[in-house]
Amino acid sequence: MVASSDASEGSLAAVVRDGAFQRELVTLIPHLRAFARSLTGDAAAADDLAQDAMIKAWGARASFQMGTNMKAWTFMILRNQFYSDKRRSWRQVQLDQEAAERTLIAIDDPGSPLALDELRQAMAMLPPEQREAITLVGAGGFAYEEAADICGCAVGTVKSRVSRARKALQEILESGSYDRDGRNAGEAMSSIIADAERLSAVR
Amino acid sequence: MSCRADKMIEHSQMDERRKSNAPLDEARLRQRAIGVKLRQMFDEVVNEPVPDEFLDILRRADRKTGEG
Repeated sequence: MVASSDASEGSLAAVVRDGAFQRELVTLIPHLRAFARSLTGDAAAADDLAQDAMIKAWGARASFQMGTNMKAWTFMILRNQFYSDKRRSWRQVQLDQEAAERTLIAIDDPGSPLALDELRQAMAMLPPEQREAITLVGAGGFAYEEAADICGCAVGTVKSRVSRARKALQEILESGSYDRDGRNAGEAMSSIIADAERLSAVR
Repeated sequence: MSCRADKMIEHSQMDERRKSNAPLDEARLRQRAIGVKLRQMFDEVVNEPVPDEFLDILRRADRKTGEG
C-alpha cells in the first residue's frame, strides 16, 4: 500500500516506530524478569509483575523518546508497578515476612547448595529500598545516576543505600543472623568467596 | 563439647574479629565475592528462556492497537 496522504504517512511512521519499540522491548524482557525476581523474591509473582510492566510500557510507548535509555525507563515502570501493587494489598508486608520465614525453613537443609541460597536469603532480609539499590547498581549494571532516576531519589541516597546494603549483606553472611545447625557461622561467607573465586577463574 | 559451648566460643571469636581491625584486603575480597555472586544470581534469571506467555501477551496487545 502506498501512503498517499499526510495522515497515512504519519501512521506508517508510527507503525515503523512501534516495530522498533517492540523489538527493543522484547530484548529487555529477560532483564525485567530478573529485576522483578529480585524485588518480589518469588518466580511466579515476578513474572506477573514483569508482564504487567511490559504491557504498561507498550501502552505508554508514545511517551518514550526513542534513542534514550529504554532499559532504565522500563525498570522504572516495573518498580512503580511493584510499589503500587504493594500499596493496594495492605497485608503484603505481613505476607512477605511469612514468605521469608518459609524460605528460611525451606533452605535449612544441610544438603542444599550453599552460596546462592544463603545470598538469596540474606537479600530477602534487606529493606526493599536497599535491595533494589544494590540490585540495580551491583547486578543490573546501572550507574548510580541511572539508578537514582529509576528509584526517583537523589544520587547520594542511592550511594548510601548501596553501601548500607553491602555492609548488611556481609554482616548477615558472616555472623549468620540465622544459623544452620552444626555449621560454623561464617561458612556462608567462605562458600561465597570460594564460589566467586571459582567463577572469576573461569572468566 | 556441647552445642551451646560451641556457639559461645564462636561468638567470642567473632567479637574478637570485630574488635581487631580486619585487614582492608580481606573486607575488599568479601565485598567482591558478594558482588560476583549477586551478578550471578541476576544473570541466572536473565539467561533463563523467556516463557512464551510474554510474547503471546505482547502480540495480543499489538493486535489490539492495530485494530483500534
